Amino acid sequence: MLKMIKNLNKKDYSLILFSFIFIIAQVWLDLKLPDFMAEITKLVQTPGSQMRDILIQGSYMLACALGSLFSAFVVGYCAAHVGSSFGKTLRKKIFDKTLDFNMEEIKKFSTSSLITRNTNDVTQVQTFIIMGMQVLIKAPIMAVWAISKIANKGFEFSIITAIGVSVVLFTIFSLIIFVFPKFKRIQILTDNLNRITRENLNGIRVIRAFNAEDFQTGRFEKANLELTNTHLFIQKSMSIMGPMMTLVMTGISLAIYWVGAYLINGADMMEKLELFGNMVVFSSYAIQVIMSFMMLVLIFVIYPRASVSAKRINEILDTDIQIKDGETKQTSKDLEGVVEFKNVSFQYPDAEEPIIHNISFKANKGETVAFIGSTGSGKSTLINLIPRFYDATEGEVLVDGINVKDMTLEALYNKIGYIPQKAVMFKGTVNNNISFGTTSNGKPNHATIKKAIEIAQGKEFVEKMSKKYNSEISQGGTNISGGQKQRLSIARAIARNPEIYIFDDTFSALDYKTDFELRKALKQHTNNSTIFIVAQRIGTIKESDKIVVLDEGKCVGIGTHSELLNTCEVYRQIASSQLSKEELANE
Amino acid sequence: MNNRPGRGPMGRGMGPIEKPKNFGASIKKLIKYNRPFYVTIIIALILSMFSSILAIIGPDKLKDITNIISEGLMTTIDLNRIRGVALILIGFYVFSFIFNYTQSVLMAIVTNKFAKKMRAEISAKINKIPLSYFDKTTVGDILSRVTNDIDTISQTMNQSLGTLASSATMFIGSIFMMFKTNWIMAMTAILSSFIGFMFMGLILKRSQKYFGAVQSGLGNLNGHIEEVFSGLNVVKVYNAKNEVNMEFDEINNKLFSDNKKSQFYSGLMMPLMGFVGNFGYVAVCIVGATLALNNHISFGVIVAFMIYVRLFTQPLNQIAQSMNQLQSTAAASERAFEFLEVEEMADESHKKNYLKRTDVKGIIEFKNVKFGYDDDKLIIKNFSAKAKSGQKIAIVGPTGAGKTTIVNLLMKFYDVNEGNILIDKVPIKELSRENIHNLFVMVLQDTWLFEGTIAENIRYNQKNVSDERIEEVCKVVGLHHFIQTLPNGYNTVLGDMESLSSGQKQLLTIARGMIKDSPFLILDEATSSVDTRTELLVQEAMDKLTKGRTSFIIAHRLSTIKNANLILVLNEGNIVEQGTHEELLEQNGFYAELYNSQFQNADVEC
Repeated sequence: MLKMIKNLNKKDYSLILFSFIFIIAQVWLDLKLPDFMAEITKLVQTPGSQMRDILIQGSYMLACALGSLFSAFVVGYCAAHVGSSFGKTLRKKIFDKTLDFNMEEIKKFSTSSLITRNTNDVTQVQTFIIMGMQVLIKAPIMAVWAISKIANKGFEFSIITAIGVSVVLFTIFSLIIFVFPKFKRIQILTDNLNRITRENLNGIRVIRAFNAEDFQTGRFEKANLELTNTHLFIQKSMSIMGPMMTLVMTGISLAIYWVGAYLINGADMMEKLELFGNMVVFSSYAIQVIMSFMMLVLIFVIYPRASVSAKRINEILDTDIQIKDGETKQTSKDLEGVVEFKNVSFQYPDAEEPIIHNISFKANKGETVAFIGSTGSGKSTLINLIPRFYDATEGEVLVDGINVKDMTLEALYNKIGYIPQKAVMFKGTVNNNISFGTTSNGKPNHATIKKAIEIAQGKEFVEKMSKKYNSEISQGGTNISGGQKQRLSIARAIARNPEIYIFDDTFSALDYKTDFELRKALKQHTNNSTIFIVAQRIGTIKESDKIVVLDEGKCVGIGTHSELLNTCEVYRQIASSQLSKEELANE
Repeated sequence: MNNRPGRGPMGRGMGPIEKPKNFGASIKKLIKYNRPFYVTIIIALILSMFSSILAIIGPDKLKDITNIISEGLMTTIDLNRIRGVALILIGFYVFSFIFNYTQSVLMAIVTNKFAKKMRAEISAKINKIPLSYFDKTTVGDILSRVTNDIDTISQTMNQSLGTLASSATMFIGSIFMMFKTNWIMAMTAILSSFIGFMFMGLILKRSQKYFGAVQSGLGNLNGHIEEVFSGLNVVKVYNAKNEVNMEFDEINNKLFSDNKKSQFYSGLMMPLMGFVGNFGYVAVCIVGATLALNNHISFGVIVAFMIYVRLFTQPLNQIAQSMNQLQSTAAASERAFEFLEVEEMADESHKKNYLKRTDVKGIIEFKNVKFGYDDDKLIIKNFSAKAKSGQKIAIVGPTGAGKTTIVNLLMKFYDVNEGNILIDKVPIKELSRENIHNLFVMVLQDTWLFEGTIAENIRYNQKNVSDERIEEVCKVVGLHHFIQTLPNGYNTVLGDMESLSSGQKQLLTIARGMIKDSPFLILDEATSSVDTRTELLVQEAMDKLTKGRTSFIIAHRLSTIKNANLILVLNEGNIVEQGTHEELLEQNGFYAELYNSQFQNADVEC
């Protein structure tokens, strides 16, 4: 949390200081108020007082109340400003940081957790700061000041207040110790219930097919009962809070008056009146003291939550970015479009073995290089080294003759057209989605966009949409089908007219026919670009210039389709699982 | 005086209030739903009223003490009388405490029982709703009803009901007591507070508006971040960081200013409350003093009024908050009830026809089946086909052709609009869903496993399955060796160990299917999430599964269904071709095109 506070800037500090002054003013005024009250009491009790005096004291008291209200306004404004601007800065920092994350780092946190950290957790910290500036600074000042004010106004009254405070503190701390841990348990149990419900919903067809409704209900009921019981325990225990506070507050008033009666009765004539005034004042100060102690305790309630949130935010901000930007911007023209892997190995930080093992190959300008292998063979990881989603742990990846690590990311990305396995769509029009991002030539024009969509076999369905190229795509592209998304995602890459295409298992989502048509059109359009294809279907990659066969991270064969059929056992296996004997023989 | 738990003393629990569509109707339903708890709730409400009444009479008694003291201030104070009054007051306070606490506990019990019942009913409801409902809703939506909405209902009901009863009592009671004590003072107290409350009302309205803006801002931010992070690679490679950042800044700045305002306004509430209290206090004191000086009232009246002012201002604020909470309750319960009221599947208890698993021959016939969610938008247009006992029927076709729908009709997940499906010549309309499900083994593309041991996942809901049988089946599908290598073998809990590959998961679901000894089999794209080499293993296991069963196979990869007895080629809800693999290739039609496209070269010449 402390570390988090460092994110405050100078203006924030001056606002905090400024509001500090007003907090002190507020406390002073709040505590001054009962003094005037006592004056009024005295005046009312003394025979022969002037109404004018009472009015004067009354207006003083009202001025105090108004001043206190004004101070609260100022403090409230400062707190709202500091807290909100802090939240804003924090959100921006988190967002900036995560933009530099690589996939592994994103996976480590998970997207949903990154979102919660950027929204809920920031809100928690923000609330803590706003509350802190208003309550947490004020409470101790109030408590100390109020105590010092009443300390000399009657020993017996102080004892009563002390007892009241200790009862309150005792209650709250017992709750914190015994009940608060259960809150964590609630979270786990809720997650548990959620998980079972999610299972029920996701597996609904299986559950029904197995007539297993009762089985699932049994599981749900168990989780439901446990959750209910824990909730009940917490709420029953917390129920003591309210009544206890009321009891203490009313009890203290009564005790002060009761004891006061005895004290006054036993006092000298002269002291009686003063004692009486003290008694009235004390009964209201005592409440102030107890209230401020209750607020102090708030720290223990809010702080843990805010501190957990702060920790979660710091986890993001403290992550070392693995992918560092390079410096080279210019690359040589002669080597344009040439990509070379030199003895490349890659190992995940915590993994025991490298997932990619000493792989070398070279793709010349205009060539198509394909990668095939079973799941987990490392084919996607391998081509993810080109756009630096990961950096090779050994060896080097050269694009246009320069190690990708030395190139600026911007220059590198200007050369690449990358199409992921799962098409990514953004909220916006079809046009916006295709012209997404920037290239060295600026944004593509409408003709380019149209052409790109046509090549990607998307023309037909886009022109059928109500507003054609200006039709809205919803977030995640939920209003178009998977195959349509994939075609737009490919069009997006084509519109950039890149030196290098990377198709990361892009074609598996298309049916065979579209896959075929698309590759045909692409071939015509992109004969100057170097193309990398990761695929599962032999059909998709058969005609590539080079096919790299991967098995458990090792390269077990490089060559054309027909070469590999004769030389590479793994390739033959994959082929035979997809093609019939006759088809294999025909090759 | 009625400080309830769960609400910060800053009174910041004022999020945006979600407005229900029909407040009255939802509350009515809620009241009806609470019928089993009526007695408890009424007891709780009465207790809460009693404790309020005691809290109101309290100051009156305290006034007596002050009066006794001032009377004897210059002479001697009647300590015995004070003791008498004090003892009564102690009695009041203790009873008030007990009433209050009991009330709280009772409400906690009621609301939790209520929440439990409602959760259970929603969960049970999931099983009673036709499958088509789930095609239109998201998992997240239903999940949030089971947890968030019910939590909201139980929490707000717990807080608002008790508070409402006690606050209303206190409000009316304190007005009554004030007027009873002194009407001039009463008017002073009420008028002076009233002005303050007008201001508070205005501020509350503003802050609600900005709270709403903050919520929607957070929602926008959420959406934007999700979009960017889930497509981060694309954002990076397309050099779109600036673009994305600009949008973020826009949302973030808006959020900042809304947040500032909402926090500022809501922060004003407490001080303003305090001021209203103080203002009332001063007004009461001055008016009181004037009256006291003229000997109209005793000093004790002023002391009592000092407390009445507080008693009077508090419940108003609480009533306003409770009303807001009730709004949230209504909105949340509206959603919960909406789900509980979804039309259920037809009752089938009257269906007498029953096919025994062991007696079924295994013949299935589709006769002119038509199906669509709407009659004018048919997904399956006119489907007829016949599967003989033990045959292997493949259904192929492009995405959206209606392949999975055929299976859903067969399993009676959906009901046909027209036509008939017959199992052993019995129309499935005459059979219960449970009966039909008993006859089928189903293995789907998304391998569904639940958090439980491997053995539990395989045995899934089948009775009298021995451990030996499970091992036997696992040997058949080729999982036994793998399971043995796991730390706890068959008792390994799935879930905290996510290291199962998709192929292994698929094999587990096949094993589960084998355990269930049913005459029919459905494989819906069961291999498409598995890579082709693993597919060989799965394929082998599936071939074993199809043995002796009439099977329906939906496949993406045509290589897997070449040996089917009958291939049905579906396009746009119609069977466009049918026959064996060879026959269909010979026809050189739609199927042949589909099939050949996987081998064609995309060379420009071709």
